[in-house]
Amino acid sequence: MSAVTVNDLNVWFGVGADRSYAVQNVTFDVDDGESFGLVGESGSGKSTILRAIAGLVPTWSGEMTVAGETLGPKRSKSFYSKVQMVFQDPYASLHPRQTVDRVLSEAMGLHGVENIDTRIGQLLDDVGLGPGFRFRYPHQLSGGQRQRVAIARALACDPSILLLDEPTSALDVSVQAEILNLLVDLRREHKLTYIMVSHDLGVVGHLCERIGVMKDGRFEEVLSVEAMRRSEAQSPYTKHLLESSINSIR
Amino acid sequence: MSTSQGLRDWLLSEEPTSRRQARFASWYKGWLTLRSNRLTMFGLYVLAFLILCAIFAPVLASHDPFAQDLGQRLLAPGENGHLFGTDSLGRDIYSRLLYGARISIYIVLLVVMVAPLVGLIVGTVSGYAGGWIDVLLMRITDIFLAFPRLILALAFVAALGAGIENAVLAISLTAWPPYARIARAETLTIRNSDYIHAIKLQGAGAFRIVTKHIWPLCISSLVIRVTLDMAGIILTAAGLGFLGLGAQPPSPEWGAMISEGRKYILDYWWVATIPGIAIFAISLAFNLLGDGLRDVLDPKEDNS
Amino acid sequence: MTDAPLLDVENLWVKFRTRTGVFDAVRGISFTLGKERLGIVGESGSGKSMTGRAVLRLIRPPGMIEADKLDVHGEDILSLPEKRMRQLRGGRVSMIMQDPKFSLNPVMTVGQQLVEALRAHEKTSRSDARQRALEVLEEVAIRDPERVYDLYPHEVSGGMGQRIMIAMMLLPNPEILIADEPTSALDVSVQLQVLDIIDKLVRDRGMGLMFISHDLNLVAKFCDRIIIMYAGRIVETCKASELRNARHPYTLGLLNSVPDLEHPRDHLEVLKRDPAWREAPSVSARQ
Repeated sequence: MSAVTVNDLNVWFGVGADRSYAVQNVTFDVDDGESFGLVGESGSGKSTILRAIAGLVPTWSGEMTVAGETLGPKRSKSFYSKVQMVFQDPYASLHPRQTVDRVLSEAMGLHGVENIDTRIGQLLDDVGLGPGFRFRYPHQLSGGQRQRVAIARALACDPSILLLDEPTSALDVSVQAEILNLLVDLRREHKLTYIMVSHDLGVVGHLCERIGVMKDGRFEEVLSVEAMRRSEAQSPYTKHLLESSINSIR
Repeated sequence: MSTSQGLRDWLLSEEPTSRRQARFASWYKGWLTLRSNRLTMFGLYVLAFLILCAIFAPVLASHDPFAQDLGQRLLAPGENGHLFGTDSLGRDIYSRLLYGARISIYIVLLVVMVAPLVGLIVGTVSGYAGGWIDVLLMRITDIFLAFPRLILALAFVAALGAGIENAVLAISLTAWPPYARIARAETLTIRNSDYIHAIKLQGAGAFRIVTKHIWPLCISSLVIRVTLDMAGIILTAAGLGFLGLGAQPPSPEWGAMISEGRKYILDYWWVATIPGIAIFAISLAFNLLGDGLRDVLDPKEDNS
Repeated sequence: MTDAPLLDVENLWVKFRTRTGVFDAVRGISFTLGKERLGIVGESGSGKSMTGRAVLRLIRPPGMIEADKLDVHGEDILSLPEKRMRQLRGGRVSMIMQDPKFSLNPVMTVGQQLVEALRAHEKTSRSDARQRALEVLEEVAIRDPERVYDLYPHEVSGGMGQRIMIAMMLLPNPEILIADEPTSALDVSVQLQVLDIIDKLVRDRGMGLMFISHDLNLVAKFCDRIIIMYAGRIVETCKASELRNARHPYTLGLLNSVPDLEHPRDHLEVLKRDPAWREAPSVSARQ
């Protein structure tokens, strides 16, 4: 069964003559438990797709079905308990005046979770933060710790689908490794479906099974990571991306 | 000694263990920042002194502020047991000053409760809702902004009748638009931040987002602006008093006192000057405090 | 290397006074820069950018720079008056910042900025300056310099903006170029292009390049010599070609924590930070 189906999605900004398309004729589906990557350069529309699914961009056309629910202009309450998002910049995604405890308990409260106190402890354990972090403010946390809190917030309502918008691009490589490992573990434990946006083929290759390569708002090609490793990319743009990304010294 | 050290450690702990501790700790750190600014602390001391004067006015006053004694009129400071002298009706200026502090602080408190609140609501609603609501609310704000403040207040008082409450109302009605502007500008930047998106994705409604997530961030810049405006509010109130449209005689409002002293300013300087110094002191104190609060409350503060 | 180094740094400290005491961003590092490409690598907070700024004396109070020696071409920077320092900055030593969006003036055209940068350091006629600006734009592989000359910064792409920044920094013929994460705001494919340009210019003109980056792999490919910084100190230094023989666990950790498309692993290696690294004395990178 597909967790997410996107059919002929168009997203635009501006009105009238100023209308410009950020995403055009994009079609893909993601299986239950699969991890799908969206790759492209800045401005290629990859984040816009995530935002359209999440309901943060109102101007779109096409068909989107998420976890069996066909999406209209407004998202239902049950949608948000199935789909959550992790944002790119951990310094901007936490309210500067709210403690970790407040962030998590509000998220749980909104979803009607019971036993909030014990659940918060569990959640913090899940993302590798001890109970000592529970009452800290964001400015008392490092970038990696903030991103862990953001992931905990996304997991607060036990969603089945996680939208990851460049979750590690603002972090140092060593911290990036920790977060990627965490995402791998969480996916296994909670049987999550991921849609991940990144400009880094290495990161996407680590976490995803299939990749959609985007350019100028369109899909250049969709291929499996395996195929990409075997250099079976068809489109010249994908080949070019691969060439510029493979910079390992080993 | 050891308990106070323990309290300090508890407050500065990097790992608070309860909601209460986290909240107290953040207040305490703010207080430490505030305390490190000497001018701000000076402003705070002046304000505390004025507030204590207002509270204990009956104890501190040497005379009845309303008792007239025409035989003792226009006495110089220090004469006949009148610390700051007497006015044209022989009333003790020192005692009137103390009771006047009550009125000034009363006015300030009322205005502070009304104007920023109205501004906050109008601004955040307008900024968050956008569309035609934004256009409508902002045009109304523009209309209020387009009038000179004192003139508009005058018009209101003239329509409503003279008196302190009406003066407060008039000042509040003219003071809210700048707050609405600030709140709207803040809201526009906050609205598109990822933490607001994140809470939206948790299914939070507009009311919750505005009151629980946007207000706390706007309030700090409003508080700063209010403390900086406080001087202006007191001066407007004094101005209305001076024009005879604020507090009515014989009430010892500072502006009205200056107004009365105006006639004698050349020969009996203290009648107008001493309430003037009081207004100056309270305005300055609020300004200094506002400057310091900016350092504490600025949401862009860093942990470095 | 036989001739004197372009840049000679010995026991450099950058300190910041804070409410809780003195914070040392850079703690006693020593290195030299000759006509080579020197990479400085570290995580955020390792002091790598502070090192770059200290060389130009661009640390604002409450920050302080202390060093036993901080010489640019034999001239002691720490004792120079501010006026002379301004001539040095952008004259003999230039710096390229991370994001071109913030380093170009938005209300001046590209050409105006280039001409102004040139005339700040040299007395030339306007037409001559214009000619030089067009030449240098061509040098950074801008195909249509006449057109770009009249554009405003918001009308050019990120990669183009960074190339314009490089052009501007190159105008006065600097001896030392400090590049602080010059490509991390750019897309991968543009990154290589910009690096190629920097590389070519540094070779052709015989400049010394200080390349500051968080990306060890990138630096290893691009530089001759690498300095690896951790917590304000140099933990290891080596030739780029010998990076695979690096021994410090921190360096190894950085290398192994990068996800690699060609060699998939279930779990990435996670850096285990040893508090002893922080206290270990700085390795000298003088040559």
